[in-house]
Amino acid sequence: MKQLWDLAGVFAYLSLLTIGGGMAAFPEMKELTVDTYHWVTFPELLHFYSLGQLAPGPNMMMVASIGVTVAHIPGALVALVAFFLPTGLLTFFVGRLWTHLATWRWRPAIQTGLGSVAVGLVLAGAIIMGRGAITHVFFGVIALGVFLLLWRTKINPAYPIVASGLIGMALHYFNIA
Amino acid sequence: MSDAETSAPPPSLGKLFWVFLVMGATSIGGGVVAYLRTGLVVRQRWLDDVTFVELLSISQTLPGLNATNMSILVGDRLRGGMGALVATLGMCIPGASLMIAAGLLYGAGGDGPWSKAFLHGIAAGAVGLILVVLVQLGAKTLKTYADYVFVVATAVAVAFFKVPVPYALIAAGIVAIWWHRPRDKDIR
Repeated sequence: MKQLWDLAGVFAYLSLLTIGGGMAAFPEMKELTVDTYHWVTFPELLHFYSLGQLAPGPNMMMVASIGVTVAHIPGALVALVAFFLPTGLLTFFVGRLWTHLATWRWRPAIQTGLGSVAVGLVLAGAIIMGRGAITHVFFGVIALGVFLLLWRTKINPAYPIVASGLIGMALHYFNIA
Repeated sequence: MSDAETSAPPPSLGKLFWVFLVMGATSIGGGVVAYLRTGLVVRQRWLDDVTFVELLSISQTLPGLNATNMSILVGDRLRGGMGALVATLGMCIPGASLMIAAGLLYGAGGDGPWSKAFLHGIAAGAVGLILVVLVQLGAKTLKTYADYVFVVATAVAVAFFKVPVPYALIAAGIVAIWWHRPRDKDIR
């Protein structure tokens, strides 16, 4: 029971950090789920996060995988509700107020100011994730290849990501990394 | 961007749920926004482009994921509170079910060396994906040199000096918002 409360608290808190996308919450997610509560190891967290990029819909459904690891189906449901309800309610009510805020003179300042901080948080998440995922020069090449491909073409990201997984298996087969 | 003259009449709750469920099940590979626009503006004509962009800018400013925030805002516009609820459920159920299954399989011994090798590969690929998101987000958001300073300061504080994210968010947020504060020369 205590685990369910912990899950609820952690994911409700993380949800409030997802400004600019789920990655913004990644540094704190690593800190809490790996270092503080030991629910998953860092490689497991990376695996779930990356698998989540292949799942359809919102790209942070991996919170359900962490919940399931901690406390089976109830854990998954608690993690999902905790992760989506607080920001959901906020969006619902602010969405209704928005027309009144449209002419508020501080609104552009908040939008631009928080925007750059959000990009900074996403960058921090990318750095922390890179430390765990880029353990060999070949994995750096994979990341760079996916980056260039997605930056320069309009290909669906699912293809290069699956290809990365197959390259990972090939590297394992040849005992390279 | 030729927006439809008037949007179609609001859908029933069942139809709303179904359309979001289909988008929730098919929007593989991120980029949910593109799927949402195709589904809502082009195919169903429930929204015009102007409204879509307006709702998207709300979604991006507030915490929460774009996909769920958009579901809430669009659902609320079309069918009120219940609309927001069924749209969000439809968007989330397919991906959530898959990731619950993934967690169960992983725990049940699906973490052998081969699947670990596969997952390690996609983790490296995902880093590339995040870098692209970062570049796109940056191109849209960062306008002055000061903005880049805020980005680097926030990232370095969190990733290298382990500053807890809420402190970094509040400190950098206040400085950045103050930097962009409304000046008197702007419209009062």
